[in-house]
Amino acid sequence: MTSSFDEMQAGQSQVREHYRLYDRWLSQQPGDVMRARREEAEMIFRRVGITFAVYGAKDEDGSGTERLIPFDLIPRVIPAQEWAEMEKGLVQRVTALNRFIHDVYHGQDIIRAGIVPGDQIFTNAQFRPEMMGVDVPGGVYSHISGIDIVRAANPDGSGSYYVLEDNLRVPSGVSYMLENRKMMMRLFPELFSQHRVAPVAHYPDLLLETLRGVAPAAVNEPTVVVLTPGMYNSAYFEHAFLAQQMGVELVEGQDLFVRDNFVYMRTTQGPRRVDVIYRRVDDDFLDPLAFRADSSLGCPGLLSVYRAGNVTLSNAIGTGIADDKSIYPYVPKMIEFYLGEKPILNNVPTYPCREEAHLKYVLDHLPELVVKEVHGAGGYGMLVGPASTKEEIAEFRKVLIANAAGYIAQPTLALSTCPTFVESGIAPRHIDLRPFVLSGKHVQMVPGGLTRVALKAGSLVVNSSQGGGTKDTWVLEA
Amino acid sequence: MLSRTADHLYWMARYMERAENTARMLDVNYQTSLLPQSADAAESGWKGLLGISELTDDYTSRYGAVTDRKVMDYMIRDERNPSSICSCLMAARENARAVRGTLTTEVWETQNQTWLEFQRMLRNNSFQKDPGDSFEWVKFRSHLSRGVTVGTMLQDEAFHFLRIGSFLERADNTARMLDVKFHPMESEFFGSTGHGRDNQEYDFYHWSAILRSVSGFEVYRKVYRNVILPEKVAELLILRADMPRSLAACMDEVVSNLHHVANEQSEDTLRRAGRLQADLKFGRIDEILATGLHAFLTQFLDRVGRLGVGISRDFLVPVASG
Repeated sequence: MTSSFDEMQAGQSQVREHYRLYDRWLSQQPGDVMRARREEAEMIFRRVGITFAVYGAKDEDGSGTERLIPFDLIPRVIPAQEWAEMEKGLVQRVTALNRFIHDVYHGQDIIRAGIVPGDQIFTNAQFRPEMMGVDVPGGVYSHISGIDIVRAANPDGSGSYYVLEDNLRVPSGVSYMLENRKMMMRLFPELFSQHRVAPVAHYPDLLLETLRGVAPAAVNEPTVVVLTPGMYNSAYFEHAFLAQQMGVELVEGQDLFVRDNFVYMRTTQGPRRVDVIYRRVDDDFLDPLAFRADSSLGCPGLLSVYRAGNVTLSNAIGTGIADDKSIYPYVPKMIEFYLGEKPILNNVPTYPCREEAHLKYVLDHLPELVVKEVHGAGGYGMLVGPASTKEEIAEFRKVLIANAAGYIAQPTLALSTCPTFVESGIAPRHIDLRPFVLSGKHVQMVPGGLTRVALKAGSLVVNSSQGGGTKDTWVLEA
Repeated sequence: MLSRTADHLYWMARYMERAENTARMLDVNYQTSLLPQSADAAESGWKGLLGISELTDDYTSRYGAVTDRKVMDYMIRDERNPSSICSCLMAARENARAVRGTLTTEVWETQNQTWLEFQRMLRNNSFQKDPGDSFEWVKFRSHLSRGVTVGTMLQDEAFHFLRIGSFLERADNTARMLDVKFHPMESEFFGSTGHGRDNQEYDFYHWSAILRSVSGFEVYRKVYRNVILPEKVAELLILRADMPRSLAACMDEVVSNLHHVANEQSEDTLRRAGRLQADLKFGRIDEILATGLHAFLTQFLDRVGRLGVGISRDFLVPVASG
């Protein structure tokens, strides 16, 4: 594992060009001012209620089950040129992924071309046979895609971006991207007059445009709603926030019903038809008649309305087939197959353990590798070799041998670091980036995304459920 | 608007109003308890307060004897008491959180901030150290909550359901307070001369406490320019439509807001509300007293209760299959 690439420092005392102004400003800030700002930020987040629910847990002061995601004051800065390239790569990748999903549920050309093995799809729990032959508006399945990107150091000291994973089901975090920016502008307005930071506040507008753009063709003025599992869901704040920002209703399953193959919501003025559902509920819970019968989060009969084309679900049912870790290694080839283009964004080299040769290599190199569950998410069920003890590795080896097909392995990327406020002052911490790509009539996004930071020294796990925090992400305009 | 959303808004407003009224009643009892009076009188004040909210049994079974400190604890911080300030503020905030997207940022933050500050006050024992100021704080947060609503919300359905919740709850609370405070007086009240001269001093404090609990003391003086007379107090709090906490004023608000949200099935509810409003508008205090204040208030509470059920049925509870 080579040493990490730092986003701000090029060497011992050398600051990268795009951080120079910020560095000068930071060096002029007395330490207690930054501490005070940090407390102010926390107080505001609490008052606004930007919290996530933790089941069965109590706050530090024993008062409740709502936690703040730690917010770091030092922004992650991306120069204009780097972003322009990344944006092109994201449009390309998401376009190909949508083509792939359409293909899987229609002609399956990519299987016949021998690029993706059929059994990888048909035996995959994320494959939804209910979607075979179903046409969705514009052929777009993943309307909101969160693509996780990291930067790793090259031997010559430069850094390269890699896509770590695609999130095409119900990616979350965009509200933090927006709230972090609002917070930074409130705390440090002077920084924004000194830097040309590309704005992101129009995201809800683009989202609404995207959702309206994929309404069933027969509808002129579509009614869009956001479907939430309810206020005890960990991302409830985001659901409420997006519904409010778009000016649409935030519904729960109990507010919806199906009649004559259309979906309606129960309102104070009687039933009202719903045309587009931005659902923040997993496939399995959408329709108790079609999927999990014990689900009370969905709406009975929804699937049949959906298949008839009388309502649009965002994202579509069955997008999980494209963001599964077992499919991930094939994405570069997909891009070439569907678009005839060279992939702009790198994939991380990946060893599917289902293949004997790879498994052998993985078992021999466990201390250097990251091993992930194929269907896992949220940083659970994984082994980070370099950060694990001999005992942990030995334990994991048994698990892996018992269920090799359930895992993939990747070299441990030294995620780039960014200076971060910690107990002892400012220190480098590992970060990633999740841009949110919107696909409707066009593929578009706001510049940047959500930067997550692993607050524990040396940790590579940035998930908020495991002690990660967030930072504002600045794309500097040229 | 979603029926569920309307339901949350309605209950958010009701719970906030209830928190305010609980604080008002506690405040008056607390202030009265500072006056030189017999232990019996003090105790009957606290008992009356529990009676208003129909909590006597629950209190007795869990707390035993009535003392000012224990009743205050029960009515301020006991989470198992649905009418405690704590339960009301928590319920108001939970309902607000469920529909935070429908509220303006200011309304939500006011509600959230109230809850966060209240928790801090509980931890600091503010209510024990300075009950008067703390009750004032609760009233103030309720004023703020209503004011922010009026000052920032679009006057659409959401707004009307909030208003209906506030005023239906207030009508209920004012009526209960009147019933309890007049009840011990009733026999005396209908005596040949009205009120016993021996107790004139006590009377003054009793009636002025009632007026103060609804911010009505100065209003009374302004309206009647007279000494405090029970029948005038009753008239002010029942029939004066210009007195913001009177039954008449509350019903005016309920009816006008109900008209804004009327739907196909709400005709009967609107009719009942209108009739109740008319009874107050055209009623006279001597008639009410002649039939008996307690009987009148009991009937009023019953009608308000049924109105609440009608509103739930017509607007709030999702109708099966739409």
